[in-house]
Amino acid sequence: MGCHRCAEKAVIELQHGAVCKKHFLEHFEERVFWTIRRYRMIGPKDTLCVALSGGKDSLSVLYLTKKYLQKQGLKNEIEALAIDEGISGYREKTLEDAKMFCTEQKIPLKIVSFQEELGKPLDEAYPLITKDTKKKPCNLCGVWRRYLLNKHAREMGFTKVITGHNLDDEAQAIMMNVFKANTDLAGRLGPISGKKEHELFVQRVKPLYFCPEKEVRLYAFLKGFQIDFTECPYSHTGYRHDLQEMLNAFEQKYKGTKQGIINSFLALLPHLKQSQTITKISSCSSCGEAATGEVCNACTMKVMLHA
Amino acid sequence: MELTVCIERERSTLQVQCTGTTVNDLLKQLQLNPEAVLVVRNQEVLIEKELLHEKDTLEILSVISGG
Repeated sequence: MGCHRCAEKAVIELQHGAVCKKHFLEHFEERVFWTIRRYRMIGPKDTLCVALSGGKDSLSVLYLTKKYLQKQGLKNEIEALAIDEGISGYREKTLEDAKMFCTEQKIPLKIVSFQEELGKPLDEAYPLITKDTKKKPCNLCGVWRRYLLNKHAREMGFTKVITGHNLDDEAQAIMMNVFKANTDLAGRLGPISGKKEHELFVQRVKPLYFCPEKEVRLYAFLKGFQIDFTECPYSHTGYRHDLQEMLNAFEQKYKGTKQGIINSFLALLPHLKQSQTITKISSCSSCGEAATGEVCNACTMKVMLHA
Repeated sequence: MELTVCIERERSTLQVQCTGTTVNDLLKQLQLNPEAVLVVRNQEVLIEKELLHEKDTLEILSVISGG
């Protein structure tokens, strides 16, 4: 089958027709650049911290953010920040890919670890915390990862954190909140998340927001990004894994399901934000970072490690 | 037709007797969702309707990765 634009061999069938490598890359990149412009993700004075795991999404978003800046003639400072959770047999490999990529792209990379910052790697921390709670490893990992990303991005003086969250990630998060009736949490999703103006928060932006995961994988493959396939050993323990399979089954049978979820959500988002409970943000009495109570979630979990 | 299939996620290589003729047929036979994989032959990505040939060597790359 040929590309509907030029008759070269097609590499993927999109909703508007099959496309070749050249036209797919153009389409993918233009959609990312459109997302950055549409949601004003990068202002002239913004300094950018790209959350980098070494996987296909974060390498792609780092590459495309740099390309966007070059294309627009912007001189914004850009660096990468990676979190080493201490998941044996997984994170070491992706960090090697991250280091190599940053060297090739000439982008500074900082790596911080759960071990150094919080006292234990995830592999050791998770069993200690879950012996008295029903928390999955992903609960702990997510809280600590976001905590360290925000803390270090802020300390390094960045005004925006760029993440590689894609359309599939967002559709899953939206549906998780629906199934669990987390309407307050739902209001925090979207192409831009986090408090806009609060001294303790760095806003997060998602240039790959409208990119299906399959297209991100194809983009990374066609661009020749060195990515060793890895999967977090804990990924099958989470609720999200089951939801992912469900959405993929739906998408296979009913094309456009995931995009429909995103479109519906974005239409509702202003109403969700309006009806959100106003949460007072204070400074954690233990670490000084943002907290909704006296002590932040990260420190609460740290205490459980030593209980 | 006989195919050699390398499945990235399982880090394994199989010899498959494919009962169909297309990529889509192969994925159905292997019970893989096209949403979750890319199929590659000689470093070229194949779409689902692509015809397969006897003794093709294919890589099935996982779309889903990470955590």
